Amino acid sequence: MEAQAKDYSHILGWGIDADPKNDPTYPIKQRNGNLTDPKGYTWDRPVQQPVDVEILHSKERPNVSAVFGTSVPPSGLSGQIRRFAFRFSESEYGHWLPLLVADRVNVVEGIIDDFRQGRVPNILAEKGMSADWKYNRKGLLQQAIIGAVVATAVITFLSRDKRPTKRAY
Amino acid sequence: MLAMNYRGPRRVRIDSKPYPEIKHPEDAIVRVTRSCICGSDLHLYNGNVPDTRVGSTFGHEFVGVVEEIGSDVEKLKVGDNVLVPFNIACGKCSFCQQGLYGNCHESNPQATAVGGIFGYSHTAGGFDGGQAEYVRVPYANFGPTVIPPGMDPDDAVLLTDVVPTGYQAAEMAGIQPGDTVVVFGAGPVGIMAARCSWLFGAGRVIVIDQVDYRLEFVRNYAPCEAYNFKGMDDPVVFIKKITDWIGADVCIDAVGAEAAGSALQTITGRKLLIQAGSATALHWAINSVRKGGVVSIVGVYGPTDNLVPIGNVVNKGITIRANQASVKRLLPRLIDHVQNGILNPKALITHRVPLEDVADAYNIFSNKLDNCIKPVLIPSTRS
Repeated sequence: MEAQAKDYSHILGWGIDADPKNDPTYPIKQRNGNLTDPKGYTWDRPVQQPVDVEILHSKERPNVSAVFGTSVPPSGLSGQIRRFAFRFSESEYGHWLPLLVADRVNVVEGIIDDFRQGRVPNILAEKGMSADWKYNRKGLLQQAIIGAVVATAVITFLSRDKRPTKRAY
Repeated sequence: MLAMNYRGPRRVRIDSKPYPEIKHPEDAIVRVTRSCICGSDLHLYNGNVPDTRVGSTFGHEFVGVVEEIGSDVEKLKVGDNVLVPFNIACGKCSFCQQGLYGNCHESNPQATAVGGIFGYSHTAGGFDGGQAEYVRVPYANFGPTVIPPGMDPDDAVLLTDVVPTGYQAAEMAGIQPGDTVVVFGAGPVGIMAARCSWLFGAGRVIVIDQVDYRLEFVRNYAPCEAYNFKGMDDPVVFIKKITDWIGADVCIDAVGAEAAGSALQTITGRKLLIQAGSATALHWAINSVRKGGVVSIVGVYGPTDNLVPIGNVVNKGITIRANQASVKRLLPRLIDHVQNGILNPKALITHRVPLEDVADAYNIFSNKLDNCIKPVLIPSTRS
């Protein structure tokens, strides 16, 4: 409490929200005068959004929430993996690890989709390389040189003559 | 319309996507005038959040103009300028009734641990986000708030997440007058947490990070002490030493899954993904707080597990408080603070980038190029 004697006048707003009642649950929960928290599905649920795309829902709830996003429904191989993942609860690695695998598979599917649509993905642009060229040119050139050296070494190693050396006797 | 399109880890681009539709009677369609890239978007960008699907549009910090409303929307009208809290909340479920608007039970079918969040993977509801020209906004009677006349839209857009999250970090910390507060992370949320700690009467505020220009910024902005952990043998010992070998009263984790500082955490959490992000900041927070102190967590982690010294939590009798910010609950107070000049959020904005250059903006923010603190994306349809 010694610090209270200090002068904080140079800090705009010092102490204006200080609240000695702040304990581990206050004021994060509003009690609304009730002694106990509401229990279970006792609220008037909002109108249900029509389920017109495939929505995977957690095993830890009995239903689909009243609203939900419809951005990218599951599809392809990644979709199959996601459907498998949702057989497990959020408490299981069987849920989360397949979802991470599905995300990686989905990246490959995205590239294939681009080609199917006649589009070659510009991966350098997607990585924002023009910002590197503008603000981190030295780092970008270092990366390019290291990449070139590694690529040259790999190509040289793979293309070396594997036939036994003929020795002159 | 144009929208950011996620293509895989560290790959995003701008694409043409269909104009969003009203899907529910309480929906609105908002024309985005500004949207930010959040530090937590980087967890998605780096591919660390499970169920982040290719083709998704990120963005949970945005303001805009109401273009269209559903049949049951009564509290907004077409043309209203609104700021939209990042969490999607019904206002009716038992959690919303308690003010836990970050924990709504009617906005995310895919996971029960988190409510719906705009543009934050299918684990957070599968909603497209605001890094686009237009966005669908559910529960428009409850979430969106009309921007007070005269408020700078740059301030308004930071009231959707950064300011409430930083403020709630300090609020959850239960700061008492005179307390010593250590904030891990000098990103936008950490900066705001440091600033807001004073509002709760902190006696001393210390920020720890590894990026010098951000430390310099927070040193002047909060104002506070700021130290680079790269120059320390052990940040925990450093904090003990500068707190009379007792530890801080409060430690705030404002970093989350992208933390640097521990090779073990970085390899297992960020590279191999065998834990839900690198928990270095949380580890340091638990070990730096005094016995009986409070650790407040607003840094975002994935949904699986993390390596943290839970034994020390027990042995030190630490209180841990954590949540996604309850934006709607905090907005009235925070709008007052901005209008009264107590808080100046827009000072955090360092980069204004056309939406079309979203890939560059992610790279600049992710790699901290050009002294970036907070980038804002500006759609060409803003006016």
